[in-house]
Amino acid sequence: MTTKKNILALRQKKAIIEKGGGDKAIQKQAAMGKLTARERILVLLDAGSFHEYDLFVEHEEQNFGMASKELPGDGVITGTGTINGAPICIYAQDFTVMGGSLGLKHARKITKIMDHALKMKVPCIGINDSGGARIQEGIGALAGYGEIFYRNTMASGVIPQISVILGPCAGGAVYSPALTDFVFVVENISKMFITGPNVIETVLGEKISQEDLGGARVHAEITGNAHFYALSELQCMEQIKNLVSLIPHSNQQKAARVEPKKPKFRKNIENIIPSDPKHPYDVREIIFALTDESKFLEVQELWAPNIVIGFGRMDGETVGFVANQPLYLAGVLDCDASDKAARFIRFCDAFNIPIVTLEDMPGYLPGVDQEHAGVIRHGAKVLYAYSEATVPKITVILRKAYGGGYIAMNSRHLGADFMFAWPGAEIAVMGPEGAANIIFRKEIMEAEDEDAMRQQKVKEYIEKFANPFVAASKGYIDAVIEPNETRELLLHALDVSKNKDDYRPAKKHGVPPF
Amino acid sequence: MKKETPEYVDFAITARKYKTLLTKKYLNRKVWVDPNPYEIQSFIPGTIIHISVKEGDLVEEGAPLLILEAMKMQNRIEMPFTARIKKINVSVGDRIPKETLMIELEAPENE
Repeated sequence: MTTKKNILALRQKKAIIEKGGGDKAIQKQAAMGKLTARERILVLLDAGSFHEYDLFVEHEEQNFGMASKELPGDGVITGTGTINGAPICIYAQDFTVMGGSLGLKHARKITKIMDHALKMKVPCIGINDSGGARIQEGIGALAGYGEIFYRNTMASGVIPQISVILGPCAGGAVYSPALTDFVFVVENISKMFITGPNVIETVLGEKISQEDLGGARVHAEITGNAHFYALSELQCMEQIKNLVSLIPHSNQQKAARVEPKKPKFRKNIENIIPSDPKHPYDVREIIFALTDESKFLEVQELWAPNIVIGFGRMDGETVGFVANQPLYLAGVLDCDASDKAARFIRFCDAFNIPIVTLEDMPGYLPGVDQEHAGVIRHGAKVLYAYSEATVPKITVILRKAYGGGYIAMNSRHLGADFMFAWPGAEIAVMGPEGAANIIFRKEIMEAEDEDAMRQQKVKEYIEKFANPFVAASKGYIDAVIEPNETRELLLHALDVSKNKDDYRPAKKHGVPPF
Repeated sequence: MKKETPEYVDFAITARKYKTLLTKKYLNRKVWVDPNPYEIQSFIPGTIIHISVKEGDLVEEGAPLLILEAMKMQNRIEMPFTARIKKINVSVGDRIPKETLMIELEAPENE
């Protein structure tokens, strides 16, 4: 009889704590258009798979009237569960409990589940919805943040770490997401900033709304802090599930293989690229023509759209794509595009995902703002990331490959395993107009009709050098291929590269131009 | 699905112009202006808490002009070279953004 009584008492106790901040606070959360922490976990994970730990953890703060304050679960829910059958660790901050504020015990619940994730080699997903540090706990809250950042860093490159911003995430709290691999934001709900609008106005006199300062769209489009942008929490959860199914769950594994399927994209790949090299097209159409079922999960779609990065499957296996996008800024590399590509390449390399690079770019973006923003050190990140990567690296030059851009976009010289070029590729030290102007400067200046001579020399240069055959004659390009052969060749190249073994000199770690 | 044809612009990279779209960030980029040494601008947003000079003063290089308090730090703004104060655009108590033109200088007449 006592067992039964104990069980009933347990159920009662759990029910109370599981209510978090109580009905009123839950109503308030709903009024803001937000799910509760518990609802979020249940929506994201496979039905019935969630198991919670540390439900009964309590804070130990004695000051500022905290001694008598009960904070259910200390404002955070932690546990394990499965997504599409694969185990993951998860935590969700509960805004209904003292604004989801982070105290030491709250942080220790998070670090405990992170330690677990790292040991068990499963992804860790953190749902952030917190007003920030629990000021009453003072330095204890700061200690908590620091301990989380340390673990984010230790786990980096070992297990995928995903941050979901579903509410405020301000001050020191922003640095945990920033250290993780993928950050998800939702329109009107996510707010991320180091210092909020109030402080900015008091200290600096600049007036700005939370949304304009650090709303979802800002981080998806302007800052690049967010990787995935959704219009609702439910859409966000679908994005997470999709991502988790595409990536390996630790650096010791490969992404789960699914049944190979043919692309669905019906357009002839030969007709996507305009014959005039000055005209744009959407490089994503090339990707759709290459991937299984023409599916492609684009990462950081809105930020630095002049480069496209993301995951697709080929023959059922996950591949990371990096592609110049002539649709925006003619597909140049600039500071943001370099950052975006470099981090993605490093993620793929850390997690055994082969990289396919699709190249069509005129070079680096000229401009004082770019030079002063450090395009040299940002651009260098791309060189570093490609050179360092030991996963299979395959490049297809679709059209333009000029100068520094040619070298940067996974050239043979940076260790590409396979270099393919389409017959219309222009692989040259720079664009024909620029090259002719320099090489034939004297002839052009001395000609009676300068313009006619310039045009003639440009034409000569295009015929002689703006093609893939000069590079192919030197072995820098392995094969000049027909567009229609691209998928078959990539599948074959990926297959050949399956057991690729590549070594790097022993070192503690490199010193990339961060 | 009908797609509108986007309005491509000409975009020059080296000697060639490409048809493409521009990003919001690119359009909002700051265009470089040659700095004018006779204009003293704020390097950080903050509050003017003291002004040591008047319009018309001839001020030696290195002499204090004003104190700009920002981030709990009182920044002493000094005269970059000997010149006359032409115009003071701020007063004590003003909270100013970054790159506000605080003081305009002019060369001393006798030079």
